[in-house]
Amino acid sequence: MRPVFAIFSARFRGLLQYRAAALAGLATQFFWGLIRLMIFDAFYRSSTAPQPMDYAQVAVYIWLGQAFFALLPQWMDGEIQESLRSGTVAYEMLRPVGLYELWFARNLASRTAPVILRAVPLLAIAIPFLGLGLPASWTAAGAFCVAMVAAALLSAAIATLMTTTLLWTVSGEGIWQLLALTMWLFSGTLIPLPFFPEWLQPLVNALPFRGLMDVPFRIWSGHIPPSAVLPNLASVACWTAVIIGMGRLLIARGTRKLVVQGG
Amino acid sequence: MPFIEAEHLVKTFHVSEREPGIGGALRGLFHRRGREVRALDGVSFAIREGEMLGYIGPNGAGKSTTVKVLGGILVPDSGTCTVMGRVPWKDRVAHVRTIGAVFGQRTQLWWGLPVVESFDLLRDIYGVAAAEHARVLAELVEVLELGPLLSTPVRQLSLGQRMRCDLAASLLHSPRILFLDEPTIGLDAPAKLAVRDFLRKLNREKGVTVLLTTHDLDDIEALCERVLLINHGRILHDGTLADLRRRVTGEKRVVLDLADDGRDVSDPDATVIRREGKRIHLSFDPTRVTASALISRLTANHPVRDLTVENPPIEEIIARIYKDTAA
Repeated sequence: MRPVFAIFSARFRGLLQYRAAALAGLATQFFWGLIRLMIFDAFYRSSTAPQPMDYAQVAVYIWLGQAFFALLPQWMDGEIQESLRSGTVAYEMLRPVGLYELWFARNLASRTAPVILRAVPLLAIAIPFLGLGLPASWTAAGAFCVAMVAAALLSAAIATLMTTTLLWTVSGEGIWQLLALTMWLFSGTLIPLPFFPEWLQPLVNALPFRGLMDVPFRIWSGHIPPSAVLPNLASVACWTAVIIGMGRLLIARGTRKLVVQGG
Repeated sequence: MPFIEAEHLVKTFHVSEREPGIGGALRGLFHRRGREVRALDGVSFAIREGEMLGYIGPNGAGKSTTVKVLGGILVPDSGTCTVMGRVPWKDRVAHVRTIGAVFGQRTQLWWGLPVVESFDLLRDIYGVAAAEHARVLAELVEVLELGPLLSTPVRQLSLGQRMRCDLAASLLHSPRILFLDEPTIGLDAPAKLAVRDFLRKLNREKGVTVLLTTHDLDDIEALCERVLLINHGRILHDGTLADLRRRVTGEKRVVLDLADDGRDVSDPDATVIRREGKRIHLSFDPTRVTASALISRLTANHPVRDLTVENPPIEEIIARIYKDTAA
């Protein structure tokens, strides 16, 4: 575990240097958060039908979505891509650490470091000023923290699985774009998942993506009651284990055919 | 059992091909073409512990492929290979702990971090104890003069500085074997000399076995007693550089600096191969005429100011071998 943690922490520290990117990201998140909130505000004012979530829960969902947007595995770690393109991956294969563990640690860092730079200031402003309510209870707050850790691990697992496809395609942008669209839709990034039609709910619940956003956010607001937390987290954990298994399998197959070109 | 042993290594790569132009691109959509390239075609050699071996050959000869097989990165199609009794690709994790590598054109340091943090990271990756790490690092910092560089981010290092740091990075876990792929490429003369001095010391004092892949024959001449020459995936020469030279040509050279332009310089036992103003290069066969006899004849007949006797430059010899073995 020590090497994996060391790689994680080095990449994490490297990424914390990018203050300007974090600031720009923060501004964008505020902007989109306000727009999305206004849309829902208008929707709640004009609609009299009962909605699947109350307005306060939607506000929580939206602001947390903005705060943790960078957690989504929507682009690949630039250093890994560069190492495969340039052949520096040869060095990584000379280390006494498995390629999967190495990439997982890097992906985990490149998913979480930018989030911390954005989430902390965003929450600090959105809670007192922009209608982001506090967690429903102490239990909900604790469960939310566990669910966010699970979300980070799931995100890194998906990112690493996607990274392994680079062993076959080298550039791999296409497959990432497909994934990003699917993920925005089914993680709750675009519209909170409870608003999806009834007939879509079984699919939404079966896919792994809700563990990235929907599950932790609804735990915070109490929309998922404490009694339902465990089954939800268990499903996220299962998916994470399956995706890690798939990634390991692909790496084992891919490295057998990997050709590091040139001298 | 030899320290490093390779027997009949064969590795074939598939190279995709398509005809140029849009027509070729369209045909390529339906019909994939390619050919097989034998990067290694029965490569065998044995290396003793503590040797410093030069590995040379033109681009695409199979050098890097060999190094990758020895490093456990590539699995050969056939043939066997053991390094310190282990098969690299079967026992990868144990194997890579005993080797270090520097690929001159690529860095193993983390671009965005200060050098010392890359070193700490490697310490954790290899699980080196803190006290041991401090000792090895202090030694490397002293020999390679890294003191002022440690807190600099890697992206701000000059190439020579980066190479010294890369060398240190490859040695932090005290490997018994070091693979070097063009460690002096792009370096200025003082930096080259510093790297060579360091490698010589490393080999003599620590007994680290070094496999040096390079196009810079001065590196080889300065460092390696034994040379492996590879082309088209086959080992063409395994011996000293002097043997290699003798195999191709026994000729020697005389370079004359004359007072006049020496239009009339000629000798029955020597041929003029190049004129540069008042400097004339002659080639002769030392089995037909001794150097002293030739020199006394030349100095008697011409206004010679200065002269030197030398071997043909090694580059010329290698170029001749590459050409002779071209398929």
